[in-house]
Amino acid sequence: MSADANASREERFSDARLAEIAEVVKRYPGAQSALMPVLYMAQEDFGYISMDAQKMIAGVLGLRLMQVREVVTFYTMFREQPTGKYLLEVCTNAGCMLNGANELVAHMCETLGIKQGETTPDGLFTIAEVECAGACAGAPVVQVNNTYHEKVTAADMDALITKVRDGAIQ
Amino acid sequence: MTISSDPKQVKQICFDNINVPDMNTLAVAREHGAYAFLPTVLKEFSSSKIIDEMKTSGLRGRGGAGFPTGLKWSFVPRNTGKPTYLLCNADEGEPGTFKDRDIMRFDPHLLIEGMIMAGFALGVKDAYIYIRGEFLHESNVMNAAIQEAYAANLLGENILGSEFSMNLVVHRGAGAYICGEETALIESLEGKAGRPRFKPPFPAVEGFYGCPTVVNNVETLASVPAILEYGGAWHAAIGIPNNTGCKIFSVSGHVNKPGNYEVPMGTTMRVLIEDYCGGLQHGTVPKVIIPGGSSTPWLTAEHYDVPLTYDDIMKAGSFLGSGAVIVMDETADLMALTRRLAHFSAHESCGQCTPCREGTGWLERVITRVENGQGTQDDVTVLGDAARHMAGRTICALAEGAAAPVLSLLKHFPEDVQAYLGENA
Ligand SMILES: Cc1cc2nc3c(=O)[nH]c(=O)nc-3n(C[C@H](O)[C@H](O)[C@H](O)COP(=O)(O)O)c2cc1C
Ligand code: SF4
Ligand code: FES
Repeated sequence: MSADANASREERFSDARLAEIAEVVKRYPGAQSALMPVLYMAQEDFGYISMDAQKMIAGVLGLRLMQVREVVTFYTMFREQPTGKYLLEVCTNAGCMLNGANELVAHMCETLGIKQGETTPDGLFTIAEVECAGACAGAPVVQVNNTYHEKVTAADMDALITKVRDGAIQ
Repeated sequence: MTISSDPKQVKQICFDNINVPDMNTLAVAREHGAYAFLPTVLKEFSSSKIIDEMKTSGLRGRGGAGFPTGLKWSFVPRNTGKPTYLLCNADEGEPGTFKDRDIMRFDPHLLIEGMIMAGFALGVKDAYIYIRGEFLHESNVMNAAIQEAYAANLLGENILGSEFSMNLVVHRGAGAYICGEETALIESLEGKAGRPRFKPPFPAVEGFYGCPTVVNNVETLASVPAILEYGGAWHAAIGIPNNTGCKIFSVSGHVNKPGNYEVPMGTTMRVLIEDYCGGLQHGTVPKVIIPGGSSTPWLTAEHYDVPLTYDDIMKAGSFLGSGAVIVMDETADLMALTRRLAHFSAHESCGQCTPCREGTGWLERVITRVENGQGTQDDVTVLGDAARHMAGRTICALAEGAAAPVLSLLKHFPEDVQAYLGENA
């Protein structure tokens, strides 16, 4: 638990979380297997996984910081930086590309005035091109904060963006 | 259950109840026969009887490699003093593949039942479903179904009053295609970066935490309940010898009705595309058909009547793979597609083998140059040489899969490549 001292106040797991982690660890032959589930918890609680959070997690699971860093940096779904409130992940792999994904990304970039990989200055939207989402029958596929939207049109994206900007959805 | 190749009459193995509303709940699943045969298996079947039925069935792994499932199970050493683990591969990352998702979100109890039966045959105490991180909804559905199964004593201690106890845990990946490779999956489940291991030792002998481990695909495990209930011989009579049973094909690209279709093995590509998928968006004959996911070599119009079997597709020069059929009509820009797939491979290479790490980057850079009109004839030569040098020199098959689209483009569509060279030709 020594790394705990380095964790900033807001990047501490709650007691309820720590109890949950103790349960998760029991599901595996070794505590290191709980690392990915715990990283997801950190991302859910703190928005992204800062270096402080990584040190704190290493302490909680009894791992070296390097073991945590290796995993955080290997997997694309673990983020070390904050994203916009709405993370718009557009699949541009084969099935989606053949059904207009590139045109959709271009339209979204133009509407939001950013490039893929960037976040709007108001912090609301991030656009990211991602690999095949495993839902190619619904091409083109856009994940909005991990919820799948299939057969998405430019008009669908415009409607979502307008609703968010008007405060119609949180 | 009988199987016909007429789309209206096909009776299916994994998709029999896929359209039943609320099939994800235990009550509805039970109304449709879920777990009905499980007590018989737990009471009357021995481990060797189950493995024999699986061998007789001829079922080949549905995750990509097509290795016979019964044989794989028979390789697991017994009485080693170590636990044996069962890992369900639900990583489903191969571009074009989207079948396991439907089994998990619509009929999770079928997978659970298959895993209980497999776990019973192999003497497993702890089983895991490694599901790709993007499938958050599917992992929630699986978890809810698992909770219901525990509450009904279908999982946990002394299942249905038998001596057999098994736990089942869903573990989410986090966006790395390579974790679908079975040894990378094991590394990942151990809480590490997903870098494939050298084989041998094979997972059956030394896998998860150094213990005997069976890794099977979702569709493979979901096929087990029907095989044990109706018998291995029943399954072997569907399809054709060495290519038995039904297979789910995930069809995407330029077809009118993309989707998952479970058809008897041996159904032709033309029937799949025309009768099931409503034909092409433009024209009548596909320009390119990728038969087994984006890492498999391309087939062309001349293979339109190929029967969908492991053996026939191999004879045609490709692989059945995971059954992900990506169809392109004459409007497809093959150079752009090849560049996109090269980007995928470069992005997903785990980096530990030089031919793969360097080769995938080279391919992406050179194809991008050609696509942008700055390519030369030398670049085309480099592409072919680089791609040919990647296969067979690496720890896992990702490198070979990365080379496949490039070699296919050069082989079947040299004129499409020349068109991009323009005055540099
Ligand atoms: C790069 C790569 C990616 C793979 N991805 C998957 C996958 O997403 N799902 C899967 O079931 N098998 C995948 N496989 C195949 C697995 O290594 C393994 O053969 C399979 O899970 C075994 O299950 P089966 O015998 O039931 O097919 C992949 C293989 C490679 C080389
Ligand atoms: S072939 Fe590529 S993905 Fe596979 S182990 Fe080697 S570097 Fe990693
Ligand atoms: S190609 Fe986009 S979901 Fe598969």
